[in-house]
Parts: sequence; C-alpha cells; structure tokens
Amino acid sequence: MKGISSKWKGVIATGLAVCCITFSDFHTEAFTSQVIQKGAVGDDVIELQARLQNIGYYHGKIDGVYGWGTYWALRNFQQKFGLPIDGLAGFATKKKLADASNFNAKFVHEQIQKGNEFTYYGGVDIEKQIKPNTNKKNTNTAGKTNTSTKQATKSNQKTNTASNLPAGYSQNDIQLLANAVYGESRGEPYIGQVAVAAVILNRLDSPSFPNTISGVIFEPGAFTAVADGQIWLTPNERAKEAVIDAINGWDPSGNAEYYFNPATATSKWIWTRPQIKQIGKHIFCH
Amino acid sequence: MIRNVVIGVLVLAVAGSGFWGYQEHKEKNAILINAENTYQRAFHDLSYQVDILQDKIGNTLAMNSRTSLSPALTDVWRITSEAQNDVGQLPLTLLPFNKTEEFLSNIGDFSYQTAVRDLEKEPLNDKEYARLESLYGQAGEIQKELRKVQYLVIKNNLRWMDVEMALASGKENTDNTIIDGFETVEKTVSGYSESQSGDPTFTSAKQENKNFQNIKGEVISKEEAIKKAKKYAKMTEPIEVKIEENGKGSKYGFYSISLVETKTNNEVDMDLTKKGGYPVWYINNRDIQNSKLDLSTASQKAVQFLKENDFESLDLFESAQYDHVGLFNFVTLQDGVRIYPDSVKIKIALDDGSVLGFSADDFFQSHKKRDIPKATLTAEEAKTKINQKVTIMEERKALIINDLDQEVLCYEFLGTINQDTYRIFINANSGREEKVEKLKNAEPVYENLL
Repeated sequence: MKGISSKWKGVIATGLAVCCITFSDFHTEAFTSQVIQKGAVGDDVIELQARLQNIGYYHGKIDGVYGWGTYWALRNFQQKFGLPIDGLAGFATKKKLADASNFNAKFVHEQIQKGNEFTYYGGVDIEKQIKPNTNKKNTNTAGKTNTSTKQATKSNQKTNTASNLPAGYSQNDIQLLANAVYGESRGEPYIGQVAVAAVILNRLDSPSFPNTISGVIFEPGAFTAVADGQIWLTPNERAKEAVIDAINGWDPSGNAEYYFNPATATSKWIWTRPQIKQIGKHIFCH
Repeated sequence: MIRNVVIGVLVLAVAGSGFWGYQEHKEKNAILINAENTYQRAFHDLSYQVDILQDKIGNTLAMNSRTSLSPALTDVWRITSEAQNDVGQLPLTLLPFNKTEEFLSNIGDFSYQTAVRDLEKEPLNDKEYARLESLYGQAGEIQKELRKVQYLVIKNNLRWMDVEMALASGKENTDNTIIDGFETVEKTVSGYSESQSGDPTFTSAKQENKNFQNIKGEVISKEEAIKKAKKYAKMTEPIEVKIEENGKGSKYGFYSISLVETKTNNEVDMDLTKKGGYPVWYINNRDIQNSKLDLSTASQKAVQFLKENDFESLDLFESAQYDHVGLFNFVTLQDGVRIYPDSVKIKIALDDGSVLGFSADDFFQSHKKRDIPKATLTAEEAKTKINQKVTIMEERKALIINDLDQEVLCYEFLGTINQDTYRIFINANSGREEKVEKLKNAEPVYENLL
C-alpha cells in the first residue's frame, strides 16, 4: 500500500510541478478569468496575495482567503495604479498586477503544502523568507493534500491553509456544534438538522439559558446525545453544513428554544411548552 | 480428582468475578460521587451568589454618588453572571427553572445598562430607583427559598443524583425535596415577572418583536402559498407538494412547504408567512460538487433574485465562499444609510448560479418605513472621536441597534491597526462610540498546521 501511494505521490507531485512551471512561465496566463471578490477562496486568491506581497502592498499571511487585509492591500494597489478603487480584481486590475509583480507559483504552493511559514516579498532571496514547519508530520499532510487533489482532478484545489468562517465563531465552535447536531439528529432530514443547530443558537441569545456554546450544549439534562455519549460520534460534512447555515441566519425551527421527540420524551413538562411545528421526528417549541 | 479441580476452578471464577464486580462498583461510586460533588458545588455556589447579590443590590439603594454607584452596579452584573453560570450547571433544564435564570438575566441587563451610563450627567431616575428596589425585594425572596432548600439538602443529606434518577425515570411526582424546593423558587419568581410586564423596559425587546408585526398584506390560502412556493423554487413539474400550518404555540402564522422534484429528487423546504405570504426562509439541499462561477458572478445572481422578488434597495455588504457555495448578506439602503437590522442572506450554488437558500427572518422582523433622523454631527466631527491609532479607510452612515436595544443613527468607519480591521460606529448625534468590533480574520486550518 505504502509503495503504491508514495509512487502516486511522486507522479502527482511532478505533475503539479510541471503544471505550475508552465503557469509561471507565461505572465499573461496568470490568474483564471474570474473576478476575485472579497470572501473568495482558492488559487487565484493565493496568487493575488503573493503578487500583492511581492510588490509590498500585502503584509499578511498568504493563505488563499480574500479577507480584509487583502482587500485593503488591493485597494491601495488600485489607488496607486490609477484603477477604479473597488476591491474587485477584474480584468484590468489583474493585468496591471501581473505586469507589475512576479509570481513563482511552484515556490508558493510548495511552501503552502509543506505548511511552512513564509513571505514572498520582492527583492529578497525567497529561500531566506521561509520558516520551515518543524513538525515532522508535514509529510502526512502533504500526502493527504495530494490524494485529495487526485480526487478533485483539478490541480491544487485543496491547498488553502485557512477558511472563511462566520463572524464570532471559531472552527472548534463549529465542530462542537456539529458534534451536538449529529449526535442529536443524524437520522433527521437536513432542515431538521439546521433546526436543531438553530435551537442551540437561540438558547445562546435567550436569557433563560447559559451564554456560551459549551454551556448550552453541556447543560445537564439539556440534550440526550450529551447524556448518552452520542455527541462524541464523528459528525459528517452535512452536520457541519447545517451548523454553518444556522449560524448564518437560517432558522427552520421558527425561533424555537426546545424540541423533543414525542416517541421517546419522558418529561411531562415538555408537552406544556407552546408547540411551533414538527420537522421529521422532532416537535419544536418555545 | 476431576471434581475437585472443577470445584477449584469454579471457586476461583466466582471469587474473581466477585472481586471484579467489587472493583467496578467502587469505580462507579467514585464517578457518582464526583458528579454529585460537581452538582453540590454549583448549587451551594448559586445560593452563595444570590446571598451576595441581595446584599450588593441593597448597598446600591443607599448610594448616591456616581463614583460609588457605578462600581457597585458593575459588581452586581458580575455576580449575576456567576450565578447564571451556576444555574446552567444544575440538572434542571427539564424542570421549569427558566424564570430564575431570566430573573438573573434581567438584573444583569439592568445593572449593566446603568453601570455603563454616565451617572453624573444622567443619574438614576425615580422609575429606575423603584425598579432597583423591586429587584432587591425579589432577590430577597429567592434568597429565602434557596436557603430553605439548602438547609434541607444539608440536613437530610439529599443527593442531586437522585434528582437525575427521578428525572430520568420520569417519576417527577415522587416526593423529592430538591425538585419541590426549586419549584417553589420558580413560582416565586414567575409571580414577580407577571406583575412587571407593564414596564416596557423589563422584557427584552429582542423577544417581543419576534412576531413579524411590521409586515403587511392579506392572509393567503394554502393554494396561494403553494403557488408562491413554486415560484421561488423554480422547479419543473411534476412536483410532490407537502404543506403544513404552524403549531398553536407559534407567535405568528406560517405555512411550512416542502417541494420535491420527482425527476431529480431535489427537495426545497420553506416557510411562508400566512399574512402576505412572505418567505421567511428557504433551503434547497442539493449537493454541490464543483465551482464554475466566481463569487462576483454569483453575487449578481443574488441581486437578480432579490429584484425578481420585490426586495428593493438592498445593498450587498458581505460575501463569503464556503466550498462550492457563495453566501451573501444584504441590508436595506435608505437615503444612503445602511439599515443593519434589515438583513437578508442568500446562498448561491457556484456550479450553476441557482439560489440554494434564502433567509429573511431578520428582515421581516425589523423592516418598516423609517424616518431616518438628521445627524447633528458631521462625519469629520465624528472622526475625531475615534482612537488616533486607527487608520480610517472607509466611512458611511448606518442605522444599528446598540447595547441598550435602541436603533441609533451612526457614522460607520472601517479602519485598520496593523493587520487588523475594525468596524467602528459613532453615534451621529451624541458622538458616543456605540460599537467597536474587530472584524474576523481567516482562521488557519489546524489540520494543516499539525
């Protein structure tokens, strides 16, 4: 198994390298045709950040997520180069930027894949701008990225080292919520899962419940999945999507703060709550 | 001989399993005691915090100067939050125990709002003083009841695990001092909250407005609702339709509609208000495998969808890409002022640009024709209120809901300090710094860092 996977790795790595070299050779072929807008993720954003850093406009991390730092850097660039200042990297902006800067795609993607900390300023030897990732596991992650690229068939699809997240929530918060949602409602339809996530969030806002995610989830007796340990099952991507939808403002529960399964509920009290609606097996109530 | 060996083995087996059982029993007990102690600590802590709370509120009643009142109210606020924390650790969620926590939250809100105010310029008025007195009285009542329960718990050696067991087995009507005691506490508090409902500042405005009071239009029938739903879903017939009315407990009337396109098995779910038939939310849970569109093309699709469905003068203010989905957040733009409470969120699939989701919950709850007040300060004057270290990059006018739950007209400034970007709201009339938030930077994916 190992032999095969490392052989594949080699093949793919050379493939990537060739592909990257061809890209960096032709300036005009820099970027794809997309208009890069704030909030975008992916290779074009990596290139945008690297190029802006190359000519000294961007000082943040090259992570492939078009955030505020990139936005201001691009606007400053647009202002200096007499382009309309809109923070959108359209055709004209991309062309001016590509002409004004260098981009060594192979180098940048290699650093990202290895998990190294690096910068890409022009006029400095690039090899001196690397702070290698000392953790030995990095070969593993590189392997993982390669297999995922193999599946995605498009090169470098998963090289992002960061991701967009709704304001006020960390990845770990989302993971915890996804665990709770999965443990509580994995057999339910998708909107039922969004609704369960929404109930947890509604409790955060409610004066009758604790004010932190962990406080709400681990309140004794609040969720059966916590009591019987099912919260520690590994959630699937669907549960995570449901959580992100709920955080972003979708609430199929109709602002509910409670829900229960009428077939298994033991508490008589829960039946006295005003009921809003039923989704799947759960009745949602105030 | 063989018999003796068998007997020997059996004796060993019995002794072994006995020993194992005893070990298990010991371990289980250790864990039970551990859990019990956590509950005991939370409970005794709660009753201690309520003790102090009552004292501290009592102290504030006698204070007059700002220099002593502000810190004292801040202290009250801190203690309520600790007490709330303790309530959250007790195994009582399924008991009607919310009122106590709500009471604590009420005190917390009130003490916070008064503590942060400049009491030199605007001292406590008679109404607020009366309210402080009534809070003092209630805290006293709760303290009395809690102490009673506490006394019984200590005297009779009551265990919280028994409460858990009682709740788990569904035998809530068995005689259980702890449960009974807390029910009395709860009744005491709810008795108060009813008598106070006349005071509009008492209940949080957030809760009251969740009934879509601002929307207009006639009540629509089920058939009309289905017709509207199909218009949003843009599916090809044949479609399997399910429609249900809201439950009796809902604060507003709505239809829940589920549409399944027979050919592709795609499902779209949505809620429409009965009054006017407005879409509250909408989700298409199709699986998206790839991205063909960029975010900016997708945002135009979102704008187009809004136009088609009569959402007027909305301004895109946030966009983000999650895998193969673009998420866009729009707010109303009225006379050049962004109305932040009126927010509409749209999800666009990046493979074909179709609308995957739509949430207008916030929008319909807050949207109305507003008379936007005149600003007495100019943008330049407002700018002087901002910390000198912030480099200002963008400015505009905006209407937001501040800490005190009031809608206020502000100047919004986007500025940076080093690598961080901040959104700062300066009240356009009082010059108060209403809100300062550090905007989120992308978070590294930890899997790649390990």
